[in-house]
Amino acid sequence: MLKFLKRSAQGASVPHEKATSEMATVQMPVPKNVVIPMSMHIGAPAQPVVKKGDQVYVGTLIGQAGGFVSANIHSSVSGTVVGVAPMRMVNGAVCQAVAIESDGQQTVDPACQPPVVNDKDSLLQAIQACGLVGVGGAGFPTHVKLAAEVDTLLINAAECEPYLTTDAREMLECSDTILGGIRAVMQYCGIPRCIIGIERNKPACIDLMCSLTRDVKGVSVKPLPMRYPQGAEKTLVETCTGREVPQVGPSGKPGLPADVGCIVMNVTSVSTLGKYLKTGIPLVSKRITVDGDAIARPQNIEAPIGALYRDVIEACGGIKPDVELGKIIFGGPMMGGAAPSADFPVLKQNNGLLLFSRKTAVLPDPQPCIRCGRCIAACPMGLEPVEIVECFNRKDAEALRRHSVDLCVSCGSCTYVCPAKRPVSQTVTLAKGWYLNELRKGGK
Amino acid sequence: MDQTLLVTASPHIRDTSTTRGLMGNVLIALVPCIVASGLIFGYGALVTVAVTTLACVAFEYLYTLLRKKPNPVGDLSACVTGVILALNVPAGMPLWICIVGAFVAIVVVKQLFGGIGYNLANPALMARIVLFLSFTARMTAYVYPDMAVDALATATPLKVLADGGAQAAASMSMLDVFLGIHGGMLGETCVLAILLGFFYLVFTRTISPVIPVSITVTVFACSYLASGSWQMALLQVMSGGLLFGAVFMATDYVTSPFTAKGKLFYGIFIGLITFLIRYFGSMNEGMSFAILLGNLLTPWFNVWGRQVPLGYKKAKKQKAAKGGEG
Repeated sequence: MLKFLKRSAQGASVPHEKATSEMATVQMPVPKNVVIPMSMHIGAPAQPVVKKGDQVYVGTLIGQAGGFVSANIHSSVSGTVVGVAPMRMVNGAVCQAVAIESDGQQTVDPACQPPVVNDKDSLLQAIQACGLVGVGGAGFPTHVKLAAEVDTLLINAAECEPYLTTDAREMLECSDTILGGIRAVMQYCGIPRCIIGIERNKPACIDLMCSLTRDVKGVSVKPLPMRYPQGAEKTLVETCTGREVPQVGPSGKPGLPADVGCIVMNVTSVSTLGKYLKTGIPLVSKRITVDGDAIARPQNIEAPIGALYRDVIEACGGIKPDVELGKIIFGGPMMGGAAPSADFPVLKQNNGLLLFSRKTAVLPDPQPCIRCGRCIAACPMGLEPVEIVECFNRKDAEALRRHSVDLCVSCGSCTYVCPAKRPVSQTVTLAKGWYLNELRKGGK
Repeated sequence: MDQTLLVTASPHIRDTSTTRGLMGNVLIALVPCIVASGLIFGYGALVTVAVTTLACVAFEYLYTLLRKKPNPVGDLSACVTGVILALNVPAGMPLWICIVGAFVAIVVVKQLFGGIGYNLANPALMARIVLFLSFTARMTAYVYPDMAVDALATATPLKVLADGGAQAAASMSMLDVFLGIHGGMLGETCVLAILLGFFYLVFTRTISPVIPVSITVTVFACSYLASGSWQMALLQVMSGGLLFGAVFMATDYVTSPFTAKGKLFYGIFIGLITFLIRYFGSMNEGMSFAILLGNLLTPWFNVWGRQVPLGYKKAKKQKAAKGGEG
């Protein structure tokens, strides 16, 4: 009750729509062409190290990390480089991209050997070499994250976004590499405790992980409530450990889980690490959930990174003949983006491709706000979206600071629950950007 | 795959709730009260409800038509205002007075301030107060709920309590008060019907129970402390529009606070003011003025009842950290 008065922080009861959770992963036929952008992570873009005409194999380094907060990029197919040129990515940014024509052989680069890891430094080097980023969606380079000294490793298997089932399939299909990755991180980084957080809508995964980790020291499974967004980093830390990630960390920068002794890794990220340590093949392919009411055969498909949406859609039987395609969403329906066309490549951090018919994609018109406060009850961060929108409309930076707008994680819960169908989350995201910009201007 | 695609910012899905749906839920929750008023006060009550509601909808439509604004009648909020207002007048109220009330509620209190979402006080509540102050004799001519006897003014339980104290309380039939067989406003006498509406609203998550419960508990506790009699306290809670106001009027979205904490303070505040007016004021009905005060203080409750964001530190520390950044 006291907690309820302090912060309702309920999140939204979004529908699950996990129709593909029982479908085993299908290997996508090797596409003729792939386009691999040099920026699939937070931080500096990678520098291309191949040129037109070069022969590459699966796992060949084609982009060298452009700094510490950056990640290596490898070829996902074997074939010939047909071009290195700037491209506009789906989020609107422009970066260098390497286009490769596949020879269909998928020959693995002989240089791909399991790394020798015997301490934290060599583990971080290995992770840096394999180009691992947070594949749950954010794309934060893993070696940067793991450099912190913490006491708890949290494995994020909440998969709270509707439709997506890639993490669930990862747990059911690749539990050995998940455990391998967890063991490596715990052992070499000296982390004594690991909690695997799984939302209760995946009972099969909870059962499996419980039975597998029963005898593993320090590892436990935490079933999470079925409330979106349980997989949001700060929410997960609070649910699993009771710790609150501070708004402002000790360095004056926005707080991180490491400030309260936690590292959060996506379950597929840790599994990818486990695979790399075992086989030496870096992050070159990604399981994605293809679903929505416009796709002929919804399924989980393992696509090489750089495969175009168009080819992925073809591999899933194309668009239903009697349906008009209205929207292509990369990621989940709550936080994923909408693509203007099908000619964009699958990235490391993509985990879903949703094809919505025009009927589903057209959203209701916004009505006047009736100040019901549902957005406040739904905000996982305990913010007050309706107030933030008002402060933003009158461009009041001081009021936005009082309302802690910088904590917004753009999870979309407030927009989802709004009975007046207003774009609340979108406006709060704008307000956050505007406020942070004002802060920078003020700081000069 | 090559047609023009929609590109919008996330999220790409919405739940099924609508303003119209929420208002519809309130209307459904009001049905038991309407039925009860018809049973207790005769079919005239139903005519009052129908005319007042129609008048509210008509005023809303005409006003927006004249001002060339989008037509908001479909959101049903005017219907809710109309029904609540109608249930707030005594039986036998001349219909033209009801129409004046509808004008005050919709045009003066709601639309002149900007329409739905912008009114400072609950329109039906303001209309009730305006009618109460303008037509005091009419608004307090509580008709005895016996259809055989016409227009016999009688005292409400509150009046009896104020005049006779604890002895009078003991003489009143608790069952009659619970079922609403006594004088009063159309919708506020039948406790059973109001409770049915309350449970419906809470069950459908249309309202949070915090406001009605905190108002009721506060009034009960204060009355018990003041009178020392639980019967007296219970009668205070069950009579004089307290429950109807607490469930249907104080919970109006626009004019009540956002957060659970704000709602709790707001409820306690309304309960306290009601109690103070009833015990120390010259009126034996204080609910409507208490809610009005609560409505006007809602922005303040919103500030005071603010949630604590995840990871929020007290301002002092935060300033120090911010200073370090700059």
